[in-house]
Amino acid sequence: MRAFTYERASSVEAAAVAAAQNADAKFIAGGTNLLDLMKLEIEKPSHLIDVNGIDLDTIERTQDGGLRIGALVRNTDLAADVTVRRDYGLLSRALVAGASGQLRNKATTAGNLLQRTRCPYFYDPNQPCNKRNPGSGCSAIGGVTRHLGVVGVSEACLATHPSDMAVAMRALDAVVETVKPNGEKRSIPMADFHRLPGDTPHIETALEHGEFITNVVLPSPIGGKQIYRKVRDRASYAFALVSVAAVIHSDGSGKVAVGGVAHKPWRIEAAEAELPNGARAMASALLADARPTEENKFKISLTERTLAAVLSEAKG
Amino acid sequence: MQFENPATTNPIDQLKVIGKPIHRIDGELKTTGRAMYAYEWHDPNLRYAYGYPVGSAIAKGQVTSIDSAAAKKAPGILGVVTTLDVGDLQKGKLNTAKLFGGSEIQHYHQAVAVVVAETFEQARAAAALIMVDYAPEKGAFDLRVEMANAKTPDPSSEPDSSAGDFHKAFSAAAVTLDAEYTTPDQSHAMMEPHASIAAWNGDEVTVWTSSQMIDWWRSDFAITLGMDKEKVHLMSPFIGGGFGGKLFLRADPVLAAFAAKAVGRPVKVALPRPMISNNTTHRPATIQRIRIGAERDGKITAIAHESWSGDLPGGGPETAVMQTRLLYAGENRMTAMKLATLDLPEGNAMRAPGEAPGLMALEIAVDEMAEKLGMDPVEFRIKNDTQVDPENPDRPFSHRDLIGCLRRGAEKFGWDQRTNPATRREGNWMIGMGVAAAFRNNLVMPSGARVKLDQDGIVTVETDMTDIGTGSYTIIAQTAAEMMGVGVDKVAVQLGDSRFPVSAGSGGQFGANSATSGVYAACVKLREAIASKLGFNSADVKFENGEVKSGNRVVRLDEAAGEEGLVGEDTIEWGDLTKTHQQSTFGGHFVEVGVDVATGETRIRRMLAVCAAGRILNPITARSQVIGAMTMGAGGALFEELAVDTRHGFFVNHDLAGYEVPVHADIPHQEVIFMDEIDPYSSPMKAKGVGELGLCGVSAAIANATYNATGIRVRNYPITLDKLIGELPNVA
Repeated sequence: MRAFTYERASSVEAAAVAAAQNADAKFIAGGTNLLDLMKLEIEKPSHLIDVNGIDLDTIERTQDGGLRIGALVRNTDLAADVTVRRDYGLLSRALVAGASGQLRNKATTAGNLLQRTRCPYFYDPNQPCNKRNPGSGCSAIGGVTRHLGVVGVSEACLATHPSDMAVAMRALDAVVETVKPNGEKRSIPMADFHRLPGDTPHIETALEHGEFITNVVLPSPIGGKQIYRKVRDRASYAFALVSVAAVIHSDGSGKVAVGGVAHKPWRIEAAEAELPNGARAMASALLADARPTEENKFKISLTERTLAAVLSEAKG
Repeated sequence: MQFENPATTNPIDQLKVIGKPIHRIDGELKTTGRAMYAYEWHDPNLRYAYGYPVGSAIAKGQVTSIDSAAAKKAPGILGVVTTLDVGDLQKGKLNTAKLFGGSEIQHYHQAVAVVVAETFEQARAAAALIMVDYAPEKGAFDLRVEMANAKTPDPSSEPDSSAGDFHKAFSAAAVTLDAEYTTPDQSHAMMEPHASIAAWNGDEVTVWTSSQMIDWWRSDFAITLGMDKEKVHLMSPFIGGGFGGKLFLRADPVLAAFAAKAVGRPVKVALPRPMISNNTTHRPATIQRIRIGAERDGKITAIAHESWSGDLPGGGPETAVMQTRLLYAGENRMTAMKLATLDLPEGNAMRAPGEAPGLMALEIAVDEMAEKLGMDPVEFRIKNDTQVDPENPDRPFSHRDLIGCLRRGAEKFGWDQRTNPATRREGNWMIGMGVAAAFRNNLVMPSGARVKLDQDGIVTVETDMTDIGTGSYTIIAQTAAEMMGVGVDKVAVQLGDSRFPVSAGSGGQFGANSATSGVYAACVKLREAIASKLGFNSADVKFENGEVKSGNRVVRLDEAAGEEGLVGEDTIEWGDLTKTHQQSTFGGHFVEVGVDVATGETRIRRMLAVCAAGRILNPITARSQVIGAMTMGAGGALFEELAVDTRHGFFVNHDLAGYEVPVHADIPHQEVIFMDEIDPYSSPMKAKGVGELGLCGVSAAIANATYNATGIRVRNYPITLDKLIGELPNVA
């Protein structure tokens, strides 16, 4: 870990200004991912801006009946929130499927979105990695890839996004609200928040430097059966091989996002038209452009089969 | 004490303390954080410095240069010691890979430098500034590819065995099986990382470390440092798990010693978790071929087990065929091991080396064979039980109750409820049951102890035995209490200090039986000393209730000790009973799993182990050993695998996020039953090892249960869902 300077920001404006003054600065909230990465010098911020003191830890109704979730709401609190459990069961289920109780107590809503990949080559600073060291190459290609991406991958990167929460938020059409250092506010739909790797896998989100996530907004409740099915090798405390976040209505229509397969929560709205035709049709449309490796091609059938189980559960 | 004849009645048989469910005497220290682990030793009068290791970025080749200039300017830096600075070092006798010194790189994350600073954080930051240049060389990293180049290893590993004419019998057999099984590289993944503190005093050094085997470490440390063993003082009173990963000297004490010498202060060095899988040892992967031939009635007539594994030059094979020499009858048999050279990190012992991966394969094969014969797998095993060494029928087992374990387990588990493969469903779960035999040899090692009696009537045991979480403190206290006629509250146990008599140490499930036997021997000496001091005829002396009695004379132990106290010291040594009699432990594992019909996720529902392991010294600590081993076997069956990058030669998933070990949710219900037995051939304690038995066979029982649930036979561990998914029922 590199030595760094540290300050506490007491307001969004102060945090944004502090970030604007230092190109190497990072915000820190729960720190559950950032600190680990700093210890390995995968993240090397020269300055940390602790945002835990900012008043963004509440969950409120929006004017149109949706929900505004403060960036600093802890994952445990969000999962346990009565409104979330009643109206957005998918989100609650996805949250408790992730990490451990201890980590969820620390981890925040914004921080969860900003988790970095768990690709083992990303985690080993001896190995070339285009995320860590742009242009150095991707050691995962041709290497151990069982956990890595099958769709939206590039010649530069096979990484997946590890979050469960983000997959649910993608299915729920959440919007990320931010403030830039110049005070400009943005609303970024989840669809656009995470990026595909392309030739710049080190750029993972739509955020600009110093841009600060203030809230995540969920639209008004959409009902339906809300199911989060996470498939993993061990029963708990493991990243998804594949996860399916689904909202299925009684007429068979719905919304589906998939985790564990891509650099971002994977959802193709057009593919959802196939939902009434069943899991195979839907999965085929969703993963039509998949380019799996020999080691991870099982994720294609696993996605289809998991989706089938979810659709069956939704009917039952 | 020489143990040459089967034990007769002795004071241990009183069973006033031995065999009782006594809670760990060190439990309170552990639950209150007062048990000092290696890295935690702290003398406020010493100014500790912190060392951080740097691991090689290549798997094979040479270090051409190391640039420490930037590191040496880092804040708080006290010194840098590189592998080039110290030059070639003598390697420990028990190490295959060298730990430090010289330019040659034998494996990934081999230690190439240690950076010392005032704080841990400063040392870690400075370590990242060390620039190492390498001349990489091509290595061999893929066991499957190197299988063709594998050779019969050194005769000392007893690589081959045979009896009768296997090939003839196999080709004549009515029913045959010929199948290949694979087991992956596995990591010990113990909770406490490898960690050491070294403090020099002139030319003498004290090392606090985390070691299963004090004397082995002390010897190899002295060799590696090129110093007199007598000048090395090693301390390891508490160990947070080892599983074989701390049997042999590791890099951390060596780095700490060089670092402490360089900066003139005591230095602490812990291996960072991401460095452990590649810097230390691991259980090597195997490829195994098993052939079994039987008559239609289920009698095995031919059995062969071959195993291929790899290691660095000078290393040894994973002895995966050993149990097949002893477990089942059959007149015609052969086993063979082949060893390939691999430039991966050193392969070496991990809990139940040989038997664990060997039974992972053999006990699937036996399940497959039973199915071919149309026999229940419990009955097939019972039919092929043997009471003698099948390769050498003149040599009986000292005590063998595999049949008892299987019958008792089948009854207790409800084995008769087992259905045909892929026929039992509960909702989305396909349910199956599996069984496997457990088998692990009972090894014995010389073990010494010193037992003191003081004027307060306190009995103090001193031995360099280790407690790696197993309960050594407690069973040693029980042994001394039983022998001296006191309660465990009057016994103090001091372990893990090289100033104490050399013990068996912890490994090969020999620790409990051997170390308590050593304490027994020392107590016999102490009893004699007390009797002699009191002028008692030692033949009719009784030790009970804190008193020594002879005829109508009674003396309290504190009075007997007097101000000067009394001491007994001895070492148990072993005669030929392990040669004349095969000493082994046995068990039956029963497992029920559910497999998700859509995803292929296998989840254990319940596990039962029935163990026959001689006298159980303490049913609480013994049970803990068995359930811990069953848990390890669950990981081995379902997800543990060090993933090899065969291009660059390293284990890729080298942290605990990537190398998954079981969590609570994976282990819903476990039960352990111990058969009520003693084995007078094993030791004066009439006990045997149990620490590894629980791991032996359990993974195969899980594999067999998965087969019973799904009808899909997976022969390549771990049994992850990708190996099932192509054959699962259609769910779309």
